[in-house]
Amino acid sequence: MINRFILEKRLKSVVMHLILLSVAATCILPLIWMFSSSLKTQDTIFSNMHIIVSDPHWENYREAWTKGNFGAYFLNSVIYTVSVVGGVVFTASLAAFAFARLNFPGKNIMFYMFLITMMIPIPGSFIALYVLLQKLRLVNTRLGYILPQINAGLALAIYILKTFFEELPKDLEDSARIDGCGKFGVYWHIAMPLAKPAIAVIVVFNAMAVWNEYLLAMLILSSKSLMPLQRGLMVFQGAHITRYPLLMAGITIAVVPIVVLYLIMQRHIITGITAGAVKG
Amino acid sequence: MKLKTDNNILLKDTLQNYLFVLPALILFATFYIYPVYKVFELSLFEYDGISPQKYFVGLGNFKDALGNSIWWHSMRNAGYITFLALTFQNALALLLALIVDRDIKGGRFYRIVFYLPPVLSGIVIGLIWNWIYDGNYGLLNHWLSALGLGKLARAWLADPKTALTCVGIIHMWRGFGWGFIILLAGLQNIPRELYEAARIDGANSRGIFTRVTVPLMIPVFVLVMILTVLGTMQIYDLIVATTGGGPGYHTEVPITRILAAMIGSSRFGYACSLGLIFGVVLLIVSMIQLKLSKLLKQT
Repeated sequence: MINRFILEKRLKSVVMHLILLSVAATCILPLIWMFSSSLKTQDTIFSNMHIIVSDPHWENYREAWTKGNFGAYFLNSVIYTVSVVGGVVFTASLAAFAFARLNFPGKNIMFYMFLITMMIPIPGSFIALYVLLQKLRLVNTRLGYILPQINAGLALAIYILKTFFEELPKDLEDSARIDGCGKFGVYWHIAMPLAKPAIAVIVVFNAMAVWNEYLLAMLILSSKSLMPLQRGLMVFQGAHITRYPLLMAGITIAVVPIVVLYLIMQRHIITGITAGAVKG
Repeated sequence: MKLKTDNNILLKDTLQNYLFVLPALILFATFYIYPVYKVFELSLFEYDGISPQKYFVGLGNFKDALGNSIWWHSMRNAGYITFLALTFQNALALLLALIVDRDIKGGRFYRIVFYLPPVLSGIVIGLIWNWIYDGNYGLLNHWLSALGLGKLARAWLADPKTALTCVGIIHMWRGFGWGFIILLAGLQNIPRELYEAARIDGANSRGIFTRVTVPLMIPVFVLVMILTVLGTMQIYDLIVATTGGGPGYHTEVPITRILAAMIGSSRFGYACSLGLIFGVVLLIVSMIQLKLSKLLKQT
């Protein structure tokens, strides 16, 4: 009897691990396969289905980087991601500090206005955004791609930071004031350093959103010299549909930075999603 | 005299406080409030996006939209993928979350790996899967013929019979890890004592699931469902990278139609009316789901 019980339990655990492992394999294998394909040649890529490449053609990366223009796309993606993330952290933290620790007429209305926009989807607003950017002469400029994305990140960032700033003890603020800190001083020297965990969550989420953004880039950026990676990949695929090794090298270039960021910061990502989910 | 300086100090203080919110407010007014207002306004005009004139057409754009069968077809396509995501994707996410919630070995590893696809962009995912589904060189056909099922081989994304479901499968692959993380967080929020108590009362594991786990998880289920609907109905970059809406109109979705109206036909006003109709549909669906959850909670 006892043996059978243990056996059943063992069997159950084996089945569970098999399920988990096979699902995990589907998550990882396409990425490994993408990488190994990027090291093959045009002639072998369709016939050689092996994951391990015996003679890796690293020069594919050099060619993708220069001739495929992925070097420029990569640099653009870095510029956009850094600017948007910096912009979101700075503007959102200032506003969140005011919402949490300062007083002024209309404070609550403004805060709820930001919050409500997170919940109401307006799927057509990119049309009007395009019209606006045209009027401001910001179509096909870096600024025209950066500013709307800073705005897009604000609401969630303000919400996260406001909750965080509200929990800061009043004594800290008071002692800083006595030491002659102004409001901005308290924000910069006291509140911001303490908010690092919240800022980390905001940085990862916005970096992923900007790095992976496509629609806006497609709408407003038409010069190759301004395009980020996602847009560049589609342009490359359209022009060289048959050059699979280079395309795979380009995809790898687009994937590696965001996956590395994810692996370093995954703890923050998971707390971010779960905090949002449990609160919501 | 003293009162006046006091007032001045107070005024200066308040103005300083406004300075903190000013940058956020300017961005928000310019890139959110103004475009949203503009969508409503433009939806009443015939406007090509370039010329200085636009022509007032009242609700004409909305009439066009309501009678456009391709538009509703695109809505149905997105609805079909949403249905797949709500059932299969969320069921898989829940199954995995229930297993990992048992303090199984390697739980941390699975958490990291399952969230890998959601970290990737729709473009990257689409381009990789294009090749898996490819008719000539695709991995899927390769495996099928290796298994002796070569007859089934086809160009999966170019075949009207399979294209939409295949796109749906990619979308589910991309999304299940996200549902898994939220559902697992919900499960881990349930106090373990409740399980103990139910077990002492003689409940078996199925009883514990239906009497303890499910009722406590309803808010999380509703959240996951609403976000699944909102995310899936607005699917876009995955479509662009795989089928582009084809073959024919078989994988057209609302966002590709809105863009086609805007860029393809230069009918900005009409595109705005499509966007508004779509927004209303999304809002109604979310409301229904919230209402249902309230009803469920009462019973």
